[in-house]
Amino acid sequence: MPRMNMIQALNSAMDVMLGRDNDVVVIGEDVGYFGGVFRCTEGLQRKYGEHRVIDAPIAEGGIIASVIGMGVHGLRPVAEIQFADYIYPGYDQIVSELARLRYRTAGDFFAPVTIRAPCGGGIRGGQTHSQSPEGIFTHVCGLKVVMPSNPYDAKGLLISAIEEDDPVVFFEPKRIYNGPFDGDPDKPATAWSAHPKGEVPDDYYTVPLGRAEVVREGEDVTIVCYGTMVHVAQATAKINAIDAEIIDVRTMVPLDVHTLKQSVEKTGRCVIIHEATRFSGFGAELAATLQEECFYHLETPIIRVCGWDTPYPHAFEWEYFPGQKRLAAALEQALSA
Amino acid sequence: MVTKSRLHIPHPSARPGDKPEFGYVEISDAGAVKRPEINSRVKDMERLAHEMVRVLDDQHAALGPWHPHLEPHDLHVPLRYLLLTRIFDEHMQRMQRQGKISFYMQSLGEEAVSVAAALALQPSDMLFPSYRNQGLQLARGRNPVDLMCQCLSNSKDMCKGRQMPIMYHWARGNIFSVSGNLATQFPQAVGWAMASAIKGEDAIAAAWLGEGSTAEADFHHALTFATVYQAPVILNVVNNQWAISTFQGFAGGERRSFAARGPGYGIASIRVDGNDYLAVFAVTRWAAERARKGHGPTLIELVTYRAGAHSTSDDPSRYRPRDEWQAWPLGDPIERLKQHLIVLGDWTEGRHDKLVAEVTRLVDDSWQEALTYGSMTEGPFLNKYELFEDVFKDIPAHLIAQREEQLGLDED
Repeated sequence: MPRMNMIQALNSAMDVMLGRDNDVVVIGEDVGYFGGVFRCTEGLQRKYGEHRVIDAPIAEGGIIASVIGMGVHGLRPVAEIQFADYIYPGYDQIVSELARLRYRTAGDFFAPVTIRAPCGGGIRGGQTHSQSPEGIFTHVCGLKVVMPSNPYDAKGLLISAIEEDDPVVFFEPKRIYNGPFDGDPDKPATAWSAHPKGEVPDDYYTVPLGRAEVVREGEDVTIVCYGTMVHVAQATAKINAIDAEIIDVRTMVPLDVHTLKQSVEKTGRCVIIHEATRFSGFGAELAATLQEECFYHLETPIIRVCGWDTPYPHAFEWEYFPGQKRLAAALEQALSA
Repeated sequence: MVTKSRLHIPHPSARPGDKPEFGYVEISDAGAVKRPEINSRVKDMERLAHEMVRVLDDQHAALGPWHPHLEPHDLHVPLRYLLLTRIFDEHMQRMQRQGKISFYMQSLGEEAVSVAAALALQPSDMLFPSYRNQGLQLARGRNPVDLMCQCLSNSKDMCKGRQMPIMYHWARGNIFSVSGNLATQFPQAVGWAMASAIKGEDAIAAAWLGEGSTAEADFHHALTFATVYQAPVILNVVNNQWAISTFQGFAGGERRSFAARGPGYGIASIRVDGNDYLAVFAVTRWAAERARKGHGPTLIELVTYRAGAHSTSDDPSRYRPRDEWQAWPLGDPIERLKQHLIVLGDWTEGRHDKLVAEVTRLVDDSWQEALTYGSMTEGPFLNKYELFEDVFKDIPAHLIAQREEQLGLDED
C-alpha cells in the first residue's frame, strides 16, 4: 500500500477525479503551473492541461462566482481558496448563491462545487493564516461541510465531495498536512509515513460524507473532535491514561448524530474540542444536540475546549491553541463528579 | 484662499419640484458612430465606450453602419414582445395594488434592453438576468402564465413559493435564476461562458445588471475574469439613471460613462441608446458574434431611463421630478419602434391598436388561467411540506425530523 501525507492524498484525489470525469476542473490561485502554495495540485496541470487545472486571478469572490457558473453549465469544479482566512470575499457568493441555488429554483439549477480551503493554526500564521471558520459555514443551509484528520480520509472524503451534487466546503487542517501533530509544539514532528492512516490506495475509493468515525473506543468519557484535534485528543488520553472514546466527526454537515449519541449514552460524559473560537462555534451545536439527545445519560455537564474568543495571535499561538493541557483539565473536570 | 480636500457629494441634476435636466447625457447622432469589425483590437475602438450607438433618428428613420436591416417581420415580432412586456407589467403592477401579489417590479421605459437582446441572441445562449429583465423571458417565448404563477406563489410556481415575485428562472429556456443580491449573476455568467469554452461549445453567456450595482465587487470580478480568460460573454450594464433613490453619479457615472470601465480592463465596450430597438439589437449581435468567434467579451452600457418606481415598495416622487420621464431625451422605446414601422409603411395606428388589444387580451386570459392554479389566499395551494426539499439533493435526517415536527404541529 502506498504511503502518502495529506497533501499527496488530496493531490491523488483530484488526480483520480480529473482522470475519471472530464467535467471535473480545478481552479484557484497558484494551483496550475506552480502546483499550489501547499503543493496540493502539483503536476495536475501538466497532466490535464490548462483548461482543466486553471490558475485564477487573486479574487476569491470571482473564483467562487465563476465556479458556480461552471457548475450550472455541467462542470464539476474544485475551487481552491489558498487559505480559509481568504474565503470571505467569496462569502456572499457561497451563502446567497451557491448554497441556495437548488432551493430557490426548486431543483432546476444547482452547482456541484467543492471548495477546498486549508485552515487552522500552529504554523505561525497569525490571524490571517490560521482561522478555522467552519462554524460560519455549518450555519448556512445548503452547504455540506467536511474536515478530514488524516490522509486516508482526506482522499476518500474529497472524492465523495467532488462526486456530490450538493456544494461542499472542504476544510484541510494545514498543521497536519505533513504529519499527525498532537498539540505539543516542543516534540519533534512525526510524519504520516509512520501512521496507519498514512496508507492510502492510489486508486479510486470513497469515504462517505455524513459518517463520524470512532478512532478510539473507551468507556469513561467521549471526546468529540475533528481535524488536528483528533490527534491532540488521542495524545492527551494516552498521556493521562484516560479511557476515552474519541470520535472524529469528519463531516459537520450532515452530522452523524447517531454515532455521537451512542457514545455519549455509553460514557455519560462528553468533552468537545475544536480549534475555532468558542462563542457560537460548532461546539455549541454539538453540545446542544447531545444535551437534547442524551440528557438523562449525562453524569456531568458537556464541556467545550476551544480557541479563545480572540483573533489568532501570532506570538502567542500556543496560548490560543487548545492543546493537551487544556483538554486534560477539561477531561479531569468531566470525570470528577 | 485655503485649499484643502473636501468630500464631493454627488447630486442629481434635478430633485422633486425642479425642472428635469438631462444635459449630462451625451448623445451621438443616429448613424454617426462607426461599426468596427468584430475582431478589432480593444484599443482601436475605445471611442465606442464614450459615443452612443444610435440607429433611429428623430424622424424615425434607420441609418448608419449599425442599421441591422431587419425584415418587416423581424420588427413586428419585437414590437409585439415590447408591448407584451409593458402590458404584462401594467397588469401585474395593478394586481399588486389590488393585493393579489405581494410585490412587483416593472420595466417601464426600458423594455427594449431585454427584448432586443433576447431576439439578437441564440436560444442556446445562457442568459443571467437582473430583476428588471422580464422582457428576456417573454421574448424567448415564455408563457406569461408561468411568470404570473411565480408571482402568485401558487401551485404552479416554478420556485415552489420560495422566492419573492419576479425572481423567475427557466432552465429549459436557458434563463438563469434572478437573485435578490445584486450583481452576483455577473461573474457567474463569466464562469458559465468559461465552461462553454472549456467544453468547446458554441453557446455564449449574457448577463445584465443596473448601473448602480456596478459598484459591487462582483462587477469587477466579472470584468477581470472575462478579460483574463477572454470568456465568450456579453456583460450588459443597464444605465437607467436611478438605483432606487440613488442616481447614477453615486455609482461613479459623473465623470465617465459606465462603458468606459471596459477598456480599462481590456474589454471591448459599447455605449448604446437603450431605447433604440435597432441599436440594441445590432450591438448585441456584434458582441455575440465577437464572443462566438473567439474574440472575447464585450461590455455594453445601455442608456435608458427607469420610468416607473424601483418597485411597488418605492415612491420616486420623493427623490426625483415627477415628470422626469417626459423630458428623457431618448424617448420611449415602444413608441420609437412603432413610429419607425409607420415611416417604413409597414404599420398603422389601426394595426397598432389591434395589436395592443390582442396582447391585452392575452395578458388578461393568462391571469385568469394563472388564478386557476391558485393564489396566496385561495387554493390550490403548494404542498407546504415541500419547503423542506431542495435544500440538498436528498433530504438529510435533520430536515426529515423538522418536517415531522411541523407535521405533528399541524395534526394537533
